[in-house]
Amino acid sequence: MPLIQAFFAIVRRDLLLAFRRRAEMANPLFFFVLVVTLFPLAVGAQPNLLRAMAPGVIWVSALLAALLSLDGLFRSDFEDGSLEQLLLSPHPLSVLVLGKVFAHWLVTGLPLLLVAPLLALFMGLPEQAMPTLWLSLILATPLLSLIGAIGVALTVGLRRGGMILSLLVLPLYVPVLIFASGAVDRAAGGLPTGAQINILAAMLLLALVLTPLPTAAALKMSVN
Amino acid sequence: MEHSSSAMLEVAGLSCSRDDRLLFSGLSFGLRPGQVLLLEGSNGSGKTTLLRILCGFREADGGEIFWAGRRIAESRYFADMAYVGHADGTKKELTVLENLRFALALGHPGQYSIDLALQKVRLSGYDDSPVQSLSAGQKRRLSLARLLVTHSILWILDEPFTSLDKQGIELIETLMDEHAKNGGMVILTSHHDLTFPHLGLQRIHLDSCP
Repeated sequence: MPLIQAFFAIVRRDLLLAFRRRAEMANPLFFFVLVVTLFPLAVGAQPNLLRAMAPGVIWVSALLAALLSLDGLFRSDFEDGSLEQLLLSPHPLSVLVLGKVFAHWLVTGLPLLLVAPLLALFMGLPEQAMPTLWLSLILATPLLSLIGAIGVALTVGLRRGGMILSLLVLPLYVPVLIFASGAVDRAAGGLPTGAQINILAAMLLLALVLTPLPTAAALKMSVN
Repeated sequence: MEHSSSAMLEVAGLSCSRDDRLLFSGLSFGLRPGQVLLLEGSNGSGKTTLLRILCGFREADGGEIFWAGRRIAESRYFADMAYVGHADGTKKELTVLENLRFALALGHPGQYSIDLALQKVRLSGYDDSPVQSLSAGQKRRLSLARLLVTHSILWILDEPFTSLDKQGIELIETLMDEHAKNGGMVILTSHHDLTFPHLGLQRIHLDSCP
């Protein structure tokens, strides 16, 4: 299947590119770790307060780290003309876009997932909330990449699109933030989290189907 | 919509304006297999804009483009054409080979294998060099190697001769000539006059379009 080949060719290429510019790619992860570790220092020796804040702090930092990483999604492709070549490919652009978003998530979302339990421990999050924290991150970080891709595609043609990108994307991130940190918060209190997790899963599935199309359309507009 | 004409690529009544300035209007031409079309005109006369319309990046304000008798959106046009623009479209962190493999994965395999194409553009031996270590002219030749490894009937080239030396220019002209002789088509813009006495060469001067 040439289409599946093209999809994996994009994923492979973007992973290779990320590997060749490791330092740049580690930025969001570094930011995530830095913000979360600074909180206990600023708040002081108040374990109970930190424990109560943990879900919110971890999730806000993860969200801002995701936002920070977004700009690189299409920027270099736009600047060196690779994006034009993607547009001219006989394969549907939305599938290629999905490949790019997937690679982007592997590079920026997955590392967050791996360090989050460590940081949660550091903040004193109860152990019973760990599985929920993981699950919420697994469901919501790809969601952030998918939603963010629309915003990046719209602003990639602008010289200073960073500000507009945040304004466009943050309102769409708010529901994700509410349900994800809400789930972790409830799990820490020993309450059931089925509803929040189900809603996140539904949002992810919906985004997987719906976001590649507007992203592809926005990219076409940006290249114009 | 069917549109009968002997030409493979048919442009009918194309017009485009930018910032209230009319670039061209009522532009019509046809291109048959084996023909080369050279777009001429001063800076800002709309050469690149016309090429971008032909690539589907930009909507024309009026007119239609047909490929093999059908509107381009309904035809195999995008599987049959290839574009090399001002930006090379190659990734500078990847090697020559990785770039061409990726181009091949996106399109359909063409006439030449990667090795053969690199030989053609005199880049053999550079397989594993990262693109950022190549000179400007070598990068240009690499972006043209992409045309050879993927299947394409129509080549759209925007200023293909920039940053090429004399041998490089000759090389590109030979490649275009071979492509045309094999039934391909080329549309290009250039400030440099073609030295190749190509039989099927058409010229369009955009300044003279009202």
